[in-house]
Amino acid sequence: MKIIVPIKQVPEIAEVKIDPETKTLVRAGVPSILNPFDEFAIEEAVRIKEQLGEGEVIIITMGPPQAEEALKKCLAMGGDRAIHLSDRAFAGADTWATAYTIAQAIKAEAPYDLIICGKQAIDGDTAQVGPEIAEILGIPQVTYAVNVELTESKKRIRVKRETDEGFEVIECRFPALLTATKGLNEPRLPSLMAIMSASKKEIRLVTAEALGGDQEQYGLPGSPTQVVEVFTPEQRTGGIKIDGTEDPESAAKQLVEWLLKKGVI
Amino acid sequence: MLNIKKEECTGCGLCVKVCPFDAIHLVNEKAEADEKCTLCGACVKVCPVDAISIERKRVDPSKFTDYKGVWVWAEQINGELRNVVLELLGKGRELADKLGEPLGAVLLGHNVGNLPEILIQHGADVVYVSDQEILAQYTTEAYTDVIAALIVTEKPNIILYGATANGRDLGPRIAARLILGLTADCTGLDIDDKRQLVQTRPAFGGNIMASILSPYTRPQMATVRPNVFKVPELDTSRKGETKKVDIKVNKAAVRTKIVDTIVEMEEGELKVDEAEMVVTCGRGIKDPQNIDIVAKLADELNAALGGSRPIVDQGWMKHHQQVGQSGRTIAPKLYIACGISGAIQHLVGMRTSDTIVAINSDPDAPIFTVADYGIVGDLFKIVPALVNEIKRVKAQK
Ligand SMILES: Cc1cc2nc3c(=O)[nH]c(=O)nc-3n(C[C@H](O)[C@H](O)[C@H](O)COP(=O)(O)OP(=O)(O)OC[C@H]3O[C@@H](n4cnc5c(N)ncnc54)[C@H](O)[C@@H]3O)c2cc1C
Ligand SMILES: Nc1ncnc2c1ncn2[C@@H]1O[C@H](COP(=O)(O)O)[C@@H](O)[C@H]1O
Repeated sequence: MKIIVPIKQVPEIAEVKIDPETKTLVRAGVPSILNPFDEFAIEEAVRIKEQLGEGEVIIITMGPPQAEEALKKCLAMGGDRAIHLSDRAFAGADTWATAYTIAQAIKAEAPYDLIICGKQAIDGDTAQVGPEIAEILGIPQVTYAVNVELTESKKRIRVKRETDEGFEVIECRFPALLTATKGLNEPRLPSLMAIMSASKKEIRLVTAEALGGDQEQYGLPGSPTQVVEVFTPEQRTGGIKIDGTEDPESAAKQLVEWLLKKGVI
Repeated sequence: MLNIKKEECTGCGLCVKVCPFDAIHLVNEKAEADEKCTLCGACVKVCPVDAISIERKRVDPSKFTDYKGVWVWAEQINGELRNVVLELLGKGRELADKLGEPLGAVLLGHNVGNLPEILIQHGADVVYVSDQEILAQYTTEAYTDVIAALIVTEKPNIILYGATANGRDLGPRIAARLILGLTADCTGLDIDDKRQLVQTRPAFGGNIMASILSPYTRPQMATVRPNVFKVPELDTSRKGETKKVDIKVNKAAVRTKIVDTIVEMEEGELKVDEAEMVVTCGRGIKDPQNIDIVAKLADELNAALGGSRPIVDQGWMKHHQQVGQSGRTIAPKLYIACGISGAIQHLVGMRTSDTIVAINSDPDAPIFTVADYGIVGDLFKIVPALVNEIKRVKAQK
């Protein structure tokens, strides 16, 4: 079983701040992390491989040189080798151009059985790259997976998927793409041993030219969408704060009065 | 252009079966496409030997004026339209009027009954209906095949999808097939002076907003967050046109099979991402038995009940009730947080609510930094007092 996991390095949004003067994002000093949803993806891939006792887990990222840190983490979690798509030509890619680029790298690995993405990357929150990769590769997809098992014949997978009302259980043949969400598994913390042995695993750097494909589809020039303006929304500041420890009834009364006056209720 | 590699074609005929337009035939045991081909792509994905490919070019900007109309994907489940569909008809009507173009609704399903009338009464001029058994339940592939083919033949200018679980599954699939821009989870939509769709959405956990255009592709597409736009008033006298869509989906085109559907929403339960008011509780509730205390407040306000991640992780509430980064991102008119500390991952899911109320015993809890009205105190005393007070005020009215 050959499983490919596309991952992204993202800024830790808990640390992202807005410069009050310029009203722009302060990126300096913000730590980068492996996208939390991608941890579920890599964990599931490694578990499937372990369960079958055979196979290969390949990690792919498209990103700047420092994204190598995220790849190393995935290798420590049990990935076998990694592909790092890094080139200035990839910069500024929107979801379509990102998916196209990653799909090119995946095609070069064909035949493969499974691709597992995270549900979404927490910087852009689009949840589009996974389904777009699936479409470009022409394979079926199951999004928001919370449980994955192989069927008895090992020829198909059975995926439990989150919906707006609950869940759906979907059977699908290989090759297929899944997107992983919270609840799928508990991602492991790699041991020191695993981290050490990961440093010996291959991380192959691939440029746009080496990747081939239609060079015009990469990066900003290949992106059908264009960000024309970025602005900071009104930052919320705390409003009224009252003490309700002594007299909860009066606090409740004041709140209801305020809500009525504001016309909220 | 549709390319069929004759050397590789085995003449299996699968593409002939799945072609929604009856455009592919076997000639001397090799597939051949005729002029009815719309490049919808249904054949490409089923070819077992990858002999078919499409060379797709982006739309030539000088042809943009051929693309007319604003469309809304009329997502339905078990014969009921999602609320966001009606919200999008309201916004879509406004955009269509600005452009002087018609508003269309695209309805896929089986036995859709009077849904076309409901769509028209909420503002649609045209309803495209594809009613087939295979569309009874949403599947990525069948829905993509029909809508992509319809786009290719009808050439709309704008398509809006609700940013629901299925809307966000379907939109990118269609975008990738037709090489279209797609903006995710928009909270603002407008038309600029060049008649382009300006799509505004939050990024970096709501820290910034970005305005996005799709200047090079048509149709322009966006998924739109539920509960942002108002449902337009129903006008029962409105007239519109219902067009039957003649695009057939073959079973072989759908490679996934739904073997079970588990509904966790209870009868009449309000959704946190659709309700006008939401009441949530966090770890301050201490015991699942106590959730009832907060549920009473939700009931009294006719609000949806939700929780922070630990509450859901412990199985005290269902996953669809979780508010925050790994749950639902919501923006109700009123959000009341009881015993929630306000970790950043929680705040990014609710901080764009119109009015935020927080009840927490810790005066330094970060939730107070976003609350319009905060009560420092014991939720076990404040919440029941609140329920009584609301009851009293209601009785007075
Ligand atoms: C990748 C990632 C994703 C995450 N996604 C989410 C998400 O989607 N949603 C989410 O909510 N969290 C999410 N979290 C978790 C988040 O970081 C916090 O751990 C979580 O929100 C805390 O939940 P809480 O406020 O209920 O609990 P706590 O932080 O334990 O807060 C409980 C609060 O209750 C108050 N309290 C206690 N007793 C009382 C009383 N009697 N009366 C009044 N107040 C009382 C306390 O003062 C305290 O502030 C995520 C974390 C990570 C790392
Ligand atoms: N630059 C990238 N490199 C590799 N994988 C990516 C990249 N961007 C997104 N992905 C994958 O696509 C998923 C969804 O991302 P997004 O559509 O950006 O929310 C992520 O969880 C990753 O699995």
